[in-house]
Amino acid sequence: MGKRIFVIITLALFVYISLPLVLDFIPTQQLSYVSQKYVQDGPEEVGAQNLVTAIIVTYRGLDTLGEVAVLFIATAGIGFILSRKKWRKRKKRSSSSILQTGTQVLLPLIIMFGIYVFTNGHLTPGGGFQGGVIIASGILVYILASPKNKFKDFLISLTESISGFGYVLLGLLGLILAAGFLDNSILPLGKFGRLFSAGAIPLIYSLIGLKVGSELVNILKYLRRD
Amino acid sequence: MQLITGLGFVLIIIGIWGMLTRKNMVKIVLGFSLVDTGIHIIMVSIGYIKGKTAPILNEAVNKAKALQEVVDPVPSVLVLTAIVIGLAVTALMLVYVVRLHKEKNSMQIDDHGELEW
Amino acid sequence: MELVILVVISLVMIAAAIMAIYSKNLISAIISAGVVSLLASIIYLLLAAPDVAMTEAAIGSGLTTVVFLYALNKMRKSGKDG
Repeated sequence: MGKRIFVIITLALFVYISLPLVLDFIPTQQLSYVSQKYVQDGPEEVGAQNLVTAIIVTYRGLDTLGEVAVLFIATAGIGFILSRKKWRKRKKRSSSSILQTGTQVLLPLIIMFGIYVFTNGHLTPGGGFQGGVIIASGILVYILASPKNKFKDFLISLTESISGFGYVLLGLLGLILAAGFLDNSILPLGKFGRLFSAGAIPLIYSLIGLKVGSELVNILKYLRRD
Repeated sequence: MQLITGLGFVLIIIGIWGMLTRKNMVKIVLGFSLVDTGIHIIMVSIGYIKGKTAPILNEAVNKAKALQEVVDPVPSVLVLTAIVIGLAVTALMLVYVVRLHKEKNSMQIDDHGELEW
Repeated sequence: MELVILVVISLVMIAAAIMAIYSKNLISAIISAGVVSLLASIIYLLLAAPDVAMTEAAIGSGLTTVVFLYALNKMRKSGKDG
């Protein structure tokens, strides 16, 4: 019971500290200094319609590289922890024919939608992270529909390593050909608002999408294996 | 958007309460993911400016007056990356729970007391 | 009108969060946490952040729920609950 009282005191102190933050909250009236710079100069400097994409891929590109690295390390940790000992074998049941037939229709459409989302990341809401997650959910449907099939490990690890390598390589190309690491003006900026515009942003974001998608598929694969 | 900031704080408090009082380890991870959602909601609500639209400069937004028409894009960026990292961290925590469950065949945190002092 | 929608969504989210903490059945607790994430994505949409809304809808309520259910499936033969 003493533990419960301690928890209540801790939460009460937390509420006491954070209550002024909520009660005296003043809504933002204008953009902060950094955001003003991004909104004003973004369209000319980067050429992307979606400012969130412009910030993720170019202005804060190094953060995104670090984030992908964290994702990779977490996936490697999951695989390491789960693969230490042999797990007991369980009989795999085959799935229903409704799921199998539905997968044959839906899987190409889901993967096509994922590719659409990350190639149009600089024009519409969406981008590499969202598209990668959509592709991972499509492959999850495939895993659920045919649990007996040997999953193509080689293809996934090949996609993962090539996309990660290509991402860093494009960043280094920016260092040589343009102003700095992950600069997108190594390709011509093109006409504002077209599919082939904004320099290297569609290319970089597609590579991020493939990388994120294959990492998430790896997490699902490690968790499913038994 | 005081209401939404308050909602975020309520979610954080419910999550911390769950993390501190539940004995089941899966429930503790669930409380962690609730805290995650609450923090993301607070961050997005700080960037919101009343009556303005999303930071996408298509035909709906006058490009010359974009400064007066869009919300702050930086909190969206931070939350976007934080959500993806949150999934990876949650999965890592769950894998530790699976591992501990394999050792003692129990999900209760009281049964794993080797380091208790 | 928008205020009414926000208040209703907030109340449902808080109820689902409490249910995720206090439900005796682990599967319904996990589904409740998924509901919290799904409603959070609607709130992001109302706050003019469509990118975050897409990510939260796909990751928070889709893949996180699946990861929890897979992990639960791995330790299915457990005794106590709560």
